[in-house]
Amino acid sequence: MPTKLPPVDVLLVGFGWTAAILGEELAQAGLEVLALERGQFRDTVPDFAMPQIQDELRYAVRHEMFQEPARQTITFRNNHAQTALPMRRLGSFNPGTGVGGAGVHWNGQHWRFLPNDFRQRSHVEERYGADFIPEGMTIQDWGVTYEELEPHFDRFEYLCGTSGVAGNLNGEITAQGNPFEGPRSRDYPNPPLERSLGTLLFDKAAREAGFHPFPAPASNTSRPYRNPLGVQMGKCTYCGYCEWFGCANYSKSTPQTTILPVLLNRSNFSLRTNCNVTRIKLDRSGKRATGAIYVDSSGEEHEQPADLVILSAYATHNVHLLLLSGIGEVYDPKTRSGTLGRNYAYQMVSGVDVFVEENLNPFMGAGALGQAIDDFNGDNFDHGPHGFIGGAYVALWTTGGRPILQHQLPQGTPEWGSAWKQAMAENYLRSASLSVHGSVMSYNDAHLDLDPTYRDAYGDPLMRLTFDFHDNERRMSRFVTARAEEIARAMRPRSYTVNQRQGPYSIVPYQTTHNTGGAVMGDDPSTSVVNRYLQHWDVPNLFVMGACVFPQNAGYNPTGTVGALTYWAAEAIKTRYLKNPGPLVDA
Amino acid sequence: MVPALTRRPGADGHFTDAERAFVDAATARIIPTDDTGAGAREAGVTQFIESQLAGDFGDAARWYMQGPFKDGTDEQGYQLPLTPAQLYSAAIRAVDQHCRDFFGGRVFADLDAEEQDEVLRGLEAGEPELGDVDSRSFFKMLRANTVEGFLSDPMYGGNQGFVGWRLIGFPGPRYDYTRFIGRHGEPFPLPPVGILGRDGFI
Ligand SMILES: Cc1cc2nc3c(=O)[nH]c(=O)nc-3n(C[C@H](O)[C@H](O)[C@H](O)COP(=O)(O)OP(=O)(O)OC[C@H]3O[C@@H](n4cnc5c(N)ncnc54)[C@H](O)[C@@H]3O)c2cc1C
Ligand code: SF4
Repeated sequence: MPTKLPPVDVLLVGFGWTAAILGEELAQAGLEVLALERGQFRDTVPDFAMPQIQDELRYAVRHEMFQEPARQTITFRNNHAQTALPMRRLGSFNPGTGVGGAGVHWNGQHWRFLPNDFRQRSHVEERYGADFIPEGMTIQDWGVTYEELEPHFDRFEYLCGTSGVAGNLNGEITAQGNPFEGPRSRDYPNPPLERSLGTLLFDKAAREAGFHPFPAPASNTSRPYRNPLGVQMGKCTYCGYCEWFGCANYSKSTPQTTILPVLLNRSNFSLRTNCNVTRIKLDRSGKRATGAIYVDSSGEEHEQPADLVILSAYATHNVHLLLLSGIGEVYDPKTRSGTLGRNYAYQMVSGVDVFVEENLNPFMGAGALGQAIDDFNGDNFDHGPHGFIGGAYVALWTTGGRPILQHQLPQGTPEWGSAWKQAMAENYLRSASLSVHGSVMSYNDAHLDLDPTYRDAYGDPLMRLTFDFHDNERRMSRFVTARAEEIARAMRPRSYTVNQRQGPYSIVPYQTTHNTGGAVMGDDPSTSVVNRYLQHWDVPNLFVMGACVFPQNAGYNPTGTVGALTYWAAEAIKTRYLKNPGPLVDA
Repeated sequence: MVPALTRRPGADGHFTDAERAFVDAATARIIPTDDTGAGAREAGVTQFIESQLAGDFGDAARWYMQGPFKDGTDEQGYQLPLTPAQLYSAAIRAVDQHCRDFFGGRVFADLDAEEQDEVLRGLEAGEPELGDVDSRSFFKMLRANTVEGFLSDPMYGGNQGFVGWRLIGFPGPRYDYTRFIGRHGEPFPLPPVGILGRDGFI
């Protein structure tokens, strides 16, 4: 029997980006808040200190900061005819573990989704007709609009000190920013980062090709910044060890550099690390969460009661915990009934490598130092003639030039031997990559459930992922990759290589840690797990954060939108739920 | 998390003499010493791989190693029941046996460079069948570890004298490029430095 501990007002499961935001919002409101984090405590000093943090082998190759598959992983298959097998070592995505979550080792590419993205189905039907949506595609509206989220996007950017330049200020299109973005109520808190030579070459070439390049929004601070919580950040030094590492310089926006100095000092907030939550507990009615069960580092089980339970354990883990706890009806792809695990989606990435004459010094950079075009993202262009839904941004990022994993070699270069060595010597300083970062719609055959065979270190079933790319995404990707090729050509490189997305989705090469869906939000409880305030339809004192609530995935990195949704939910909890605990939307 | 060296005492005793000879010979073909300069041998790649295999990586300490083990699709990734250390020793034994059978009793390390390349190309393409050991998986791992040893920080035993970084023009991990980020196209003026400093090797 687990030992039962004294109750708290709010229990946060996991302590990464979304939990830090909610922890501060709810502790500020006077509630007693407790966060349970499976990983260790870590902070800028000593854990991300120079120079030990700049160790490509240890962190990027051997994955020291990420989830250990030995403890927990997923099983994967492309389709229902296959048997899912465990992801034995990390590949396609790198979930975080430890205080700050993946927020510690993200790049800081900080985007807002487009206004139309939140009305995905309605928008497509209105502009192209319902027949435009292919058989099997299960896209839907989010139940929340861009206009409703705008103040929350803004709050998250000001928390982070995001560096960028507005493209649409209250409806006015500006010269330097992204003309396709939704209207923003004020400019970014900080100007863009300094440009690398690669981004300038991209800018010039993209203009020549007739597109609208702009400095990509970066949660790497371009100048010293004090955020609204009074936390001070330093100017980024372009060290080039952002993503997959921690920042030693208080310049990448993370829970540690933007919230924790305030939150950890609050007497009504507490944090327990090395505590792995294994179940959310419900009362007999099944309509009320009573708390969570967790296992501490000595293997002992505890029951932590709470009035309000918030899943903030990252998209995939939130869904896994709902599955393990038996909360909600599991989606069945045969009958199309059930909502839990439904509409899993991901990111469709491809690229063009360019080999230029210029010395680009790729090792000077920052996780979100990039130049992008948004001309072919979302519905920023007429899809009518193309017959697919969705889009992608094209960007040249100068994130760093870590030699083992961050080098490009021209097509046809052998993998080893003198020719490989020669090509490394010729191209390391003089190459860059244009990335095509695309949307993935949701489909009735892409979903999450529990694996019948494999178990984690706690003896619980692993979560099973069934996923492959569909024709719609392949066509989208081919189309936008061809636009990237136009830019590459206009850069007048020595040579370039087009890396089209080919073959089935693979769990092996790293793509992005942008897993979405499985516990999606919406207005209709028969097609969503949580309502528009991220409140569980069946269990009103349970809220679910993270990208698992996305009904499908847009062509951007998710965290700007994840952060905005978190602030949006926090506001609903503070201003409405606490006054009258119960469903915020009638089912 | 405190700084840790993965180069452990005793690491040098991980390989048998035959294994060390194989790795030394194979990595010297994967990154040869040639006109472009120093290769895997000068970089100390064998020493790097040996200490990696003696540590957590060799033990697959972070990997999910619970059964049942089944063959999967390429998209499902590594499914062998072997840790990297086990894969190396099983594969080396099998490759040396294969060489003895086909090259008049000589093991891999005793072949000439052309013959060695031929064997490596075979492994890369999944030939020969090495019993329980998948030759493609082994080659992939050997090739990846060789590149790691050539291009990782010298404190791990490879990239000695920064030979890998010098070849490509990487100046090592540095804290502050504020004064340089705007000097577009200029060569970076300072010589490589490692996590442990300029000598970079302990
Ligand atoms: C290498 C990398 C680069 C990225 N770059 C970008 C980018 O540039 N732009 C962008 O928008 N997004 C990026 N992301 C994604 C971004 O990091 C996530 O969207 C964001 O961190 C999600 O916040 P979260 O709170 O949902 O999860 P996290 O921040 O990951 O926090 C979840 C926490 O919950 C803990 N936890 C999980 N399960 C349990 C359990 N059972 N019990 C207790 N605790 C648990 C985890 O240990 C973790 O600390 C990147 C991710 C990675 C890995
Ligand atoms: S590039 Fe800038 S933000 Fe990124 S880790 Fe280095 S100093 Fe920090």
